[in-house]
Amino acid sequence: MPRSRARLALGAGLVALVLGTGAAAVAMAGRPAGTPETAITIEIKYSHFNPSAITVPVGVPVTITLVNDDPIDHEWIIGDDAIQQKHRTGTELLHPVRPTEQVIPALSTRVTTITFDAPATWKFICHLPGHEAYGMVGVASIVR
Amino acid sequence: MRRRLPAALLGAGMALILVAGPTLACGGLIGPNGAVNLLRTTTLAAYHDGVEHYVTAFQFQGGGGAFGSLTPLPGVPSSVEKGGDWTLQRLIRETDPPVPQAFDAARLAAGGAEVIMQVRIDALDITVLKGGSADVGQWAAQHGFRLPPDAPEVLDFYAKRSPIFLAAVFDADAAKERGQAIGDGTPVHITIPTPNPWVPIRILALGKTGDAKVDADVYLLTDNQPALLPTPTGSNGMRLDHSASASQSLLDDLRSDRGMSWVPSDGWLTKIAIDASAPQLSFDLAIDASGQGVPSWVQAGFESPVQVKLVDQSTTIRALLAAILAVGVLILVLQLARPNGGRVGTPA
Repeated sequence: MPRSRARLALGAGLVALVLGTGAAAVAMAGRPAGTPETAITIEIKYSHFNPSAITVPVGVPVTITLVNDDPIDHEWIIGDDAIQQKHRTGTELLHPVRPTEQVIPALSTRVTTITFDAPATWKFICHLPGHEAYGMVGVASIVR
Repeated sequence: MRRRLPAALLGAGMALILVAGPTLACGGLIGPNGAVNLLRTTTLAAYHDGVEHYVTAFQFQGGGGAFGSLTPLPGVPSSVEKGGDWTLQRLIRETDPPVPQAFDAARLAAGGAEVIMQVRIDALDITVLKGGSADVGQWAAQHGFRLPPDAPEVLDFYAKRSPIFLAAVFDADAAKERGQAIGDGTPVHITIPTPNPWVPIRILALGKTGDAKVDADVYLLTDNQPALLPTPTGSNGMRLDHSASASQSLLDDLRSDRGMSWVPSDGWLTKIAIDASAPQLSFDLAIDASGQGVPSWVQAGFESPVQVKLVDQSTTIRALLAAILAVGVLILVLQLARPNGGRVGTPA
């Protein structure tokens, strides 16, 4: 009896250890890559987006928090190639902030909520002069 | 398009505050669009009796321009004054007799930064700022400048070692009243007590991308032959063009210029030509003129003075708690598994 009890206890201990280690690993790893998320924080540091790749679901409001840690202004414009080209070469001097077109002043945070209509792969880019060339480009995978 | 929003907002301030722009040796030039071009620049960085003497020239670019330069300094200057009239030219003549002079100028920006010195030299307004990259960036915005996209990283690079920056702006009206023509240089002599002299090099590439070229000449005048880090190899964008005892005629000439009486009776003259693509210049030039031959890796920018490891604290805490829980359960189970069931008692 004592021996079987000891084995049982040892087995339970091992299970607990494995579960604990697994929990720690999951906690460290975060969400699996590519999983659609409805709340995303994108940090801007040294004129780069982090993460630079996001996955969002179709038909559900997605809240995106843009945290600009840089001492310079940035923008976050998400859209298809036509939208990006318009901002790259267009002539619109001023326009109101839109959910998909955000200006994030230096050292500030902006929150926007977007519902994506259809699956697509869009880019999000900062079109301030020189910023795109410097690498302020990210990819958004919009999935069902 | 929306990019024009901040540009338009900044425009008004720029028109009021910035009328003309300088360019500067060993300073990062900042234009309204963050894109700038520097001509070849010339700088003297001399080190004697624990004091770095930094002599450079700002070049008037004419009215209407809004350019500036940001120059990191290794410490708080004890003085910023008008430089000698011919120091830079004399140095060029010493190493490259037939070559015409090439000066630089630039100017800077900062906002939440602490202003620790303001000096007017001819038509040039110079401000010495103390602050981190965020402070300097805010100051820049408040003064109508747009920093290029690499500025946050470059300013952090410097602020970690020495959060002292020098901003210079030409007063175009004053320059015109003084009869300054486009291209005229205003020499500036910055005196900086510091145990570790270094010359900002990386800042020269500020705002430059791709294969943009950086050309500059840096003269060093030291008591002994200096050890340099990185070593100018040519392949790293820096080339050692001259290294020899300074001639007596050079030292005498330099000593006779304005503010140059500190020039010692003998010294070592080094000329480093910078001929690099912008991405090559990821470092500064550390100098050990003590004779020990150990230039600082920190001052060269190869090592950070303080290692800061950024971690997600909440994730780390969760992982730690999970591990503690697992260990606790294991200990409990092992205790229960003992023959006496973990109870303390007297053997029968």
